[in-house]
Amino acid sequence: MKNFWKDHFIKYLLQASASTCILIVILIFLFLFKEAIPFIKTPGLSTLLDSRWEPVSFVQERFGILPLFMGSLLVTVMATLLAIPFGIIAAVYISEVATPMEREFFKPFIELLAGIPSVVLGFFGLMVLSPIVKTVFHLSNGQTALTGAILLALMAIPTIITISEDALKSVPSSYKQASLALGASPVETIWRVTVPAALSGIIAAVMLGMGRVIGETMTVLMVTGNAPIPTLDPLESVRTMTATIAAEMGEVANQSPHYQALFWIGILLLAITFTLNFIAQRVLKKYQRRS
Amino acid sequence: MINKAFTQTATLWFMRLLTYCIVIVIGYILFDIVKNGLPVIGWNFLFTNPERAGAAGGIFPAIVGTLCLITGTITVALPLGIGAAIYLSEYARQGRFTQMIRLAIVTLAGVPSIVFGLFGLGLFVFFFKFGTSILAGNLTLACMVLPTIIVASEESLRAVPQGFREGSLALGASKWQTIYKNVLPYSLPGMLTGSILGVGRVAGETAPILLTVAAFFLPRLPHSIFDQVMALPYHLYILATQHPDMALVRPMQYGTALVLIALVLGLNLGAIALRIYFRKKYTW
Repeated sequence: MKNFWKDHFIKYLLQASASTCILIVILIFLFLFKEAIPFIKTPGLSTLLDSRWEPVSFVQERFGILPLFMGSLLVTVMATLLAIPFGIIAAVYISEVATPMEREFFKPFIELLAGIPSVVLGFFGLMVLSPIVKTVFHLSNGQTALTGAILLALMAIPTIITISEDALKSVPSSYKQASLALGASPVETIWRVTVPAALSGIIAAVMLGMGRVIGETMTVLMVTGNAPIPTLDPLESVRTMTATIAAEMGEVANQSPHYQALFWIGILLLAITFTLNFIAQRVLKKYQRRS
Repeated sequence: MINKAFTQTATLWFMRLLTYCIVIVIGYILFDIVKNGLPVIGWNFLFTNPERAGAAGGIFPAIVGTLCLITGTITVALPLGIGAAIYLSEYARQGRFTQMIRLAIVTLAGVPSIVFGLFGLGLFVFFFKFGTSILAGNLTLACMVLPTIIVASEESLRAVPQGFREGSLALGASKWQTIYKNVLPYSLPGMLTGSILGVGRVAGETAPILLTVAAFFLPRLPHSIFDQVMALPYHLYILATQHPDMALVRPMQYGTALVLIALVLGLNLGAIALRIYFRKKYTW
């Protein structure tokens, strides 16, 4: 009888700790909105659609998220375009071509890359990459969207490799054998059979990598120059949404419209990453069921 | 025919080249930081307080601060994460509640670190009135690392063969006795390695602690969990971007980067080594 009660008690304890995840998610949404909501009343939500971000001004404070959104978009899209070929080809190589010894070496190495703190990557960018960008493109300043995108691609690559590799691994080997038996070469088999069969998993991998890139803060804060001007030129300085929060939250007056506007940026970021992750998980789940 | 064979080899070599490119870039980043950072590392740098806004002296308080954050975060997140994983792998039935937990975990895993910072600022710093403190930072980082710990722990619980549970239950042990005596011991190594990997990532995070813990220049050690602390990643950020005299602090920047990277990668390598060791030990 004592065991029975103990078992039940422990079960509820464990259930409670699992429920904290739900609680945390609810609290995140709740507290972002709690801090952001007063903004609706005084400057009004429509001010967020302004084309300028000038939160500190003697004339007229302007809270347009657009330039920041464009900054994030530009850096994210470039980083993703850079990371896709490297990430996918490396995943295919590691999963289909590499010798067992190479694989033993690559896997921890890629995990190592995932472990390098973003602030260290940013520092490396500042010291090494941005002078290179400056000389190659003859700029007056090497802190550009491109510099940030290259570093962010490095952060997205491990995510893309790890998840794509899982997807490639779960392609049934009978597919490959059938293709080889019909006379296709190993390379043809990889690109015409294995990769198409794993495509949905690879797409999910890219989306998760994108989610990581768009939420990345310190690297872009350090190397993109932080000018809040809307541009689509990769050699211009840009400022992303994440960098804005990190740079300005320290100096802002508590509960001021500027403070609340920063929380709105946070909500927008959360909405974007939530959507990307949600779709990617749907794709991955469908994929798992099939294999 | 020769043409086809040539394309084949060329493609393979191209793939190999791209993959090794990534390795070379990672290698170069590590090399650059080790080469420039190593000359700075010494007793003084590691174990004394910073002076003149970080331009001289050492980084001892930042190292201690980061260690405080790591231990505090593990203390909060590990029991919660392992508890949740045991529930999901051993008790949970397919259903709406379980689905909601899984959705929550996936959502948490995707929340950007700066948003965790905003959340920590709103909830722990202001609402619970912890102020900018170690405690607020620990709780924020714990929320961040929770999904990693849960996913890793659940995976390692599921890797324990079903027969271990059935044997114990058949002998009359209760469910919890079975889990505690016959499942947990075998999955613990996997849980720990996964958790160390997660915590290693968190130790290098800057954005959340920027808003919840970090003090730029505080050349003393913390007295309680309600104190602010310096932390390695934040210290590096400040030195690299905010310091008025860049050339003067250059060696300090590299030194801090090296210590941070050694700490984080040391944790990661330790976890990977543990994993390889236990994989060889437990095979069934």
